[in-house]
Amino acid sequence: MKSFTYERATSPAQAAAIVARTPGAKFLGGGTNLLDLMKLEIETPTHLVDVQDLKLDRIEKTREGGLRIGALVTNTALSADERVRRDYGVLARAIQAGASGQLRNKATTAGNLLQRTRCPYFYDPNMPCNKRKPGSGCSAIGGYSRQLAVVGSSDKCIATYPGDMAQAMRVLDAAVETVKADGTTRAIPIADFHRLPGDRPEIDNVLERGELITGIALPKPLGGQHFYQKVRDRASYAFALVSVAAVIQKDGSGRVSFGGVAHKPWRVAAADAALPQGAQAVAQRAFAEARPTEDNRFKIPLATRALASVIAQAKAPRA
Amino acid sequence: MKFDQPAGTNPIDQLKVVGRPTSRIDGPLKTTGTAPYAYERHDVVPNQAYGYIVGAAVAKGRIRRMDTSAAKAAPGVVTVVTTLDFPKPLPLGMQNIAHLFGGADVAHYHQAIAVVVADTFEQARAAAALIRTDYDRVPGRFDLAREAPNAPLEGGSSGEGSAAPAIDRIGDFAKAFAAAPVKVDRTYTTPDESHMMMEPFATIASWDGDKVTLWTSNQMIAWSKGSLAKILSIPPENVRLDSPYIGGGFGGKLFVRADAVCAALAARAARRPVKIAMQRPLMANNSTHRPATIQHVRLGATKDGRLTAIAHSSTSGNLPEGKPETAVSQTKLFYAAPNRETYMKLAVLDLPEGNAMRAPGEAPGLMVLEMAMDELAEALDMDPVELRAINDTQVDPEKPGTPFSERHYVECLRTGAGRFGWSRRNPKPAQVREGRWLIGMGMAGGFRGNILTKSAARIRLERNGRLTVETDMTDIGTGTYTILAQTAAEMMGVPLSQVDVKLGDSDFPKSAGSGGQWGANNATAGLYAACMKLREAVAQQLGFNSADVAFADGKVSAGGRSAALAEAARAGPLTAEDGFDPTDMGERWQQATFAAHFVEVAVDSFTGETRIRRMLAACDAGRILNPKAARSQVIGAMTMGVGAALMEELAVDTRFGFFVNHDLASYEVPVHADIPHQEVIFLDFPDDKSSPMKAKGVGELGLCGVGAAIANAIYNATGVRVRDYPITLDKHLEKLPQVA
Amino acid sequence: MVSGSAEFEISRRGVLACSGAAVALTAVPAEAQGPTAAAAPATLPVTLTVNGTRHDLTLDTRTTLLDTLREHLHLTGTKKGCDHGQCGACTVIVNGERINSCLSLAVQHQGDKVTTIEGLGTPDKLHPMQAAFVKHDGFQCGYCTPGQICSAVSVLDEIRRGIPSHVQADLTEKPGFTNIEMRERMSGNICRCGAYSNILDAMSDVAGERA
Repeated sequence: MKSFTYERATSPAQAAAIVARTPGAKFLGGGTNLLDLMKLEIETPTHLVDVQDLKLDRIEKTREGGLRIGALVTNTALSADERVRRDYGVLARAIQAGASGQLRNKATTAGNLLQRTRCPYFYDPNMPCNKRKPGSGCSAIGGYSRQLAVVGSSDKCIATYPGDMAQAMRVLDAAVETVKADGTTRAIPIADFHRLPGDRPEIDNVLERGELITGIALPKPLGGQHFYQKVRDRASYAFALVSVAAVIQKDGSGRVSFGGVAHKPWRVAAADAALPQGAQAVAQRAFAEARPTEDNRFKIPLATRALASVIAQAKAPRA
Repeated sequence: MKFDQPAGTNPIDQLKVVGRPTSRIDGPLKTTGTAPYAYERHDVVPNQAYGYIVGAAVAKGRIRRMDTSAAKAAPGVVTVVTTLDFPKPLPLGMQNIAHLFGGADVAHYHQAIAVVVADTFEQARAAAALIRTDYDRVPGRFDLAREAPNAPLEGGSSGEGSAAPAIDRIGDFAKAFAAAPVKVDRTYTTPDESHMMMEPFATIASWDGDKVTLWTSNQMIAWSKGSLAKILSIPPENVRLDSPYIGGGFGGKLFVRADAVCAALAARAARRPVKIAMQRPLMANNSTHRPATIQHVRLGATKDGRLTAIAHSSTSGNLPEGKPETAVSQTKLFYAAPNRETYMKLAVLDLPEGNAMRAPGEAPGLMVLEMAMDELAEALDMDPVELRAINDTQVDPEKPGTPFSERHYVECLRTGAGRFGWSRRNPKPAQVREGRWLIGMGMAGGFRGNILTKSAARIRLERNGRLTVETDMTDIGTGTYTILAQTAAEMMGVPLSQVDVKLGDSDFPKSAGSGGQWGANNATAGLYAACMKLREAVAQQLGFNSADVAFADGKVSAGGRSAALAEAARAGPLTAEDGFDPTDMGERWQQATFAAHFVEVAVDSFTGETRIRRMLAACDAGRILNPKAARSQVIGAMTMGVGAALMEELAVDTRFGFFVNHDLASYEVPVHADIPHQEVIFLDFPDDKSSPMKAKGVGELGLCGVGAAIANAIYNATGVRVRDYPITLDKHLEKLPQVA
Repeated sequence: MVSGSAEFEISRRGVLACSGAAVALTAVPAEAQGPTAAAAPATLPVTLTVNGTRHDLTLDTRTTLLDTLREHLHLTGTKKGCDHGQCGACTVIVNGERINSCLSLAVQHQGDKVTTIEGLGTPDKLHPMQAAFVKHDGFQCGYCTPGQICSAVSVLDEIRRGIPSHVQADLTEKPGFTNIEMRERMSGNICRCGAYSNILDAMSDVAGERA
């Protein structure tokens, strides 16, 4: 870990301004992913701006009837919030399926969106990786790619976004609210927040330098039944091979996002529209452009079957 | 004490302390965080500096140049030691295949090439990243499947006693197999696995003149003392190791590793004590692993299920001079059959060093053999328990003149089946459903040798009447502290609370050490011998002439006279030292331990995920010295078996030549959510040919066969047979019932 | 399929991998090579209350809470198993909530109250959870044990407070002290010795006494 200086910001705009003007500066939230990567010098900030005092730890109602989640609300607090459990079950479920109790107590809402990939080649600084060192090549292509992307990948990168929470936010059409160094704010639709790797896999999302996430806005509740099915090699404390976030209405219509398959939460409008026709119809549309490797080809039938499981649960009579 | 005939009745048979479920005497220390592990010995020597190891970035090649100037100039750096400081590799320690340090050649990925010493951990770690290394990378052989067809035959040993000639033939296998009416002929694979003990390799090294002390984490103190002397080219008497608490080993800490060597070299260069804990991401490639195997099993049987022909071969890989994974060893001994053939092949691979991991040989061997037996039972339309029972043998099938000392495998099968409710299993696969879940039951047999080896101990009666036990034996979570205290308490007739046990110091008498599930029986037998000597000394001191002196309730009694034990030490502590010498008892009888494992699984019919619902093991392992700790050994091994069956696999990148998933997030081991309540039954068959303790090992037995029992349960649930471990969901997913 | 010939990939990357460590070095973004890069490590004062005792420390900003406890306060009961949040051995309770102390900088904890395994009980006066671990043999090598116990104590508290979990059938209900609830919540604490079944017995014992 490179040596760094540290300060605590006193306001979101001030934090954004410091990071924007200080070379090598980064925001520090919970730190559960950043410190992990700093120890391996995959991240090498020279200045950390700790945002923990910014009072962005509240969940409030919005005028539109939705919820605004402060950027610093911990995963535990968010998934335990009564309104979230009642009206946004998919979000509570997704968070509870991620990481461990200890990590959820520390990890923040904004930080969770900014999690970097768990591609093992990204994590090994000896290996070429376009995401870690642009232009060095992608070791995962032709290598061990069982966990990696099947869709939306490029010849430069087949990493996945590893998080669970964002899958739920994607089906909820959440908006990521930010403040920039000049004090201006914007709301980025979650659909546009994470990027596909393309030719610039080192860039995970659309945030500008110094732009700070202040909160997440959830539209008013969707109703319907909420599901988050996460499939992994062990029963807990593991990243998804595939996950399915879904909200399904009584008439069989709904929304679905797939995790563990792409560089961003994978939701396709045509696939949503096919929900009443069943899992196969959804998967055909969601994975029409899929380019799996031999190692991870199974993710497509797995995603299909996991969605079938969700649809079956939605149809089952409520106990 | 020479042990050259079956043990008669002796003081251990009283079973007042030994044989009783006993909470660990080190429990209050371990549960309060006050048991000191290697890296935590702030008290032993002042001015400790921090070392950080740099691993090679290539799998095979030669270091052309290392630039340490930036590292040396970095804040807090005391010194940098690189492998190029040594013109050639340092000598190999015992059982090491790859050199731990020295010279320009790189034999495997993450081999230690430098150690940076600084005032703080943060400074050492940061400086380590500043070293620039240029390599000449050379091609290597990294793909077992590709090398296997040309791999030569190889006799060998796991390093734990099971030597084997190149091809072992009894009768005429080919003819018998051809003639057998019912056959199984299948190929199976098991992956590379990593020990992943919770405590990293860790050492504090400190030099005093030409003598070095290492506070370290090591299973085999005497071996490692000798190895370090050899590696450092100093006399053994100048090396002291101290390893009282070990945060798990599973075979990974049997031999000296890079942490100890680097700490010693760095401390010498820095002229101050140096502490090193190997960073987790380096461990899987820097150290040893259980090698992958490709196994071929052919079983021929009569229509009523009697085995007439057994053949088992295994191909594994290792670095040059390495040994094979002895996956066929149990097959030589487990089942009767007149015609047999076993052999191993060994490919040269330039991956990290393959070596012992818990139940080397038997763990992967039984995962395969016992799956093949399940396939045979199905082909015979026979109950898998019955198939195993009718093929039991009471003698070594290869040497019918050598009987097993005790063998109660059939009782394990019957008792386990009864307690588990095996009769409720539907033998036809893919028949039982509970909602979304496909339910299955499976079973498998377990077998692991009982190795006898020398082990010594010292016991001292203190002035205050307390007893102090000293031996270089280690407790790697096995419960050694407690069983040694139980042994001393039983032998000397005092309560357990009167005994202090000191372990893991190379200045203490040389013990069996912890490996090959031989620790408990041999180490307690060594202490038994020392206690016999102390009893004599006490009797003499107290003026008892009779040969029939009783030690009970803190008193020594004979001929109507009685004295307090403490009386004997009134003039000063009484010390006795002796050891257990098993002579040829291990050869006159075939000695082994047996188990039957039963498992119920549920497989998600949608996603193919497997959940273990119930697990039970019935074990025949001689006298169980402490049923509480022994049960823990078995459930822990069963848990490791769940990992082997369902998730554990070091993924090999055959281009770069390394294990890709080299941390605890990407190499998945079982977590709480994977493990249900586990049941263990110990059969009560003391083995008087094993030692005066009449005990045998159990820590590896618990792992042997578990993986196959799970695999067989999955097959029973799904009707899909997966022959390549681990059985991850992708391997059967698309053969499960249609759901969408 | 992702295109690209394997042979080509190997030779191309072979060259790159030759300068392995150099890759790591030059991976530092240009803007990170600031004027302070080679200067002495940044230090900051930090005040922590650990097990009821206040400590005023001056620490390298890089020092984790875990290394603060182990190397500066010599409270070595908290263990370093992986240093990357992958094992749970470093679990401590901060301001009433369990966290991985390896993934937290000490400077993030200015003024915080930290409870470690040493603060729960001592060998002569065990915390009920520590006593239950001894009674049920909920450990073997002992290295993950302090983290397991800190988590176990917190898990019972989390269930009591109604924090929901992944295995809850109904999100709006209060969770119970069931086997599967406790197993799911304990899953961030890996025990390679495999004492899980006994740890659950110990927790059930303590939970039962509370209920």
